[in-house]
Amino acid sequence: MHEWALAEAIISSAIDIAEKEGLAEVREVKIKVGELQQVEIEVLKFALSELRAGKLRNANFVIETVKAELRCQVCKLKWSFNKNGLDEMSTEAVHFVPEVVHAYIRCPRCGSPDFEILEGRGVWLESIKGVK
Amino acid sequence: MKALKESNNAVDPRIEIIDKRLENVKRVIAVSSGKGGVGKSLIASMLALTLAKKNYKVGLFDADFTSPSTHRILGVKKLEIKEEKGIIPMHVHGLKYMSIIAFSGEKTLPLRGADVSNALIELFSTTLWGNLDYLLVDMPPGISDTLLDVIRFVKKTEFLIVSTPSTLAFETVKKLLTLLKELKMPVVGVIENMKTKRGSPTRERVASANVSFLGVIPFDSEVEDALGDVDALSQTIFARKLAEIVPRIISPSA
Ligand SMILES: Nc1ncnc2c1ncn2[C@@H]1O[C@H](COP(=O)(O)OP(=O)(O)OP(=O)(O)O)[C@@H](O)[C@H]1O
Ligand SMILES: [Mg+2]
Ligand SMILES: [Zn+2]
Repeated sequence: MHEWALAEAIISSAIDIAEKEGLAEVREVKIKVGELQQVEIEVLKFALSELRAGKLRNANFVIETVKAELRCQVCKLKWSFNKNGLDEMSTEAVHFVPEVVHAYIRCPRCGSPDFEILEGRGVWLESIKGVK
Repeated sequence: MKALKESNNAVDPRIEIIDKRLENVKRVIAVSSGKGGVGKSLIASMLALTLAKKNYKVGLFDADFTSPSTHRILGVKKLEIKEEKGIIPMHVHGLKYMSIIAFSGEKTLPLRGADVSNALIELFSTTLWGNLDYLLVDMPPGISDTLLDVIRFVKKTEFLIVSTPSTLAFETVKKLLTLLKELKMPVVGVIENMKTKRGSPTRERVASANVSFLGVIPFDSEVEDALGDVDALSQTIFARKLAEIVPRIISPSA
């Protein structure tokens, strides 16, 4: 996902949650970013600071990267994704749509493309702190 | 402090944004069928071209990630997308166009259901379609993960259903229609494709399902050699027959 599109989605979800929780002002938004997607944290932070408004005006965004863990469906091997195994074009493709990693890498033990992305894909909102 | 969820499934911000991404798209039409190989991709592609020729703003999204075909039909060699606060679809033959091949190229992409859902959400939440009169979605066959996700996340979708004269095709279409009705999803109507004999069995079958029958497209042996060449495709009987149906898609009461 592109960082700006991502930031827009985060802001929009956070505003929605703040509404539902009856928060008058949001102080902190914790975001987790999966390593697989190779999101540029600095760009994301900048986009978030540019886009924050309303209840999120003064919010601090805390971003944490989560390691990408894959598990083979066939031989059950678990391994960590290593971006060095991908060339520049595939890295960019995975950046936009992480699932296309199935076109580019294989289970290191049995060679199967049938593996699960256990952790470390996408972006999600972990928590929101604020005052009522 | 609001912990959104203890599990690693906390709030997915992408889902929220999908409606917004499509807010300036007047109609989203998913071309679907219970059966595979009935002509969904060909109809979705040619319908997109036909509408674009009528000066509508049209997008085509190939949502068949494991077996994409529309790029072959349209003769798209290399898909280059631009990013600019989101993904800008490519312009092809007057259409805005998006396919997974922009990311997987010619490679095989073996995906399970969860991956299909994630990729679909990703593309719907990041593609900037802008203003469109029509966004056509070429669907994979059957009651698939993609179908259920389009119903779940793209609330304004209408379904255009493709069948063939075969009772085996309609058998599956009937199940699909029943599901769409139960979920209160609008159905534009049913097209019977690849007709080879006289009569149109689908017309009567559809009447009893209380859905519009849009028309018949014959099996056209010229189609195969025209694939990849949109000018040649637009000269086929297939294209002419589809063009006769298009007004009923534009204004369903016509
Ligand atoms: N009316 C027709 N006359 C001749 N050939 C046709 C006609 N309609 C479709 N075809 C051909 O039939 C084949 C299947 O069509 P298409 O790929 O559009 O089907 P589909 O429903 O999208 O398949 P899938 O379920 O695999 O996505 C293609 O080779 C296409 O060119
Ligand atoms: Mg198809
Ligand atoms: Zn393995």
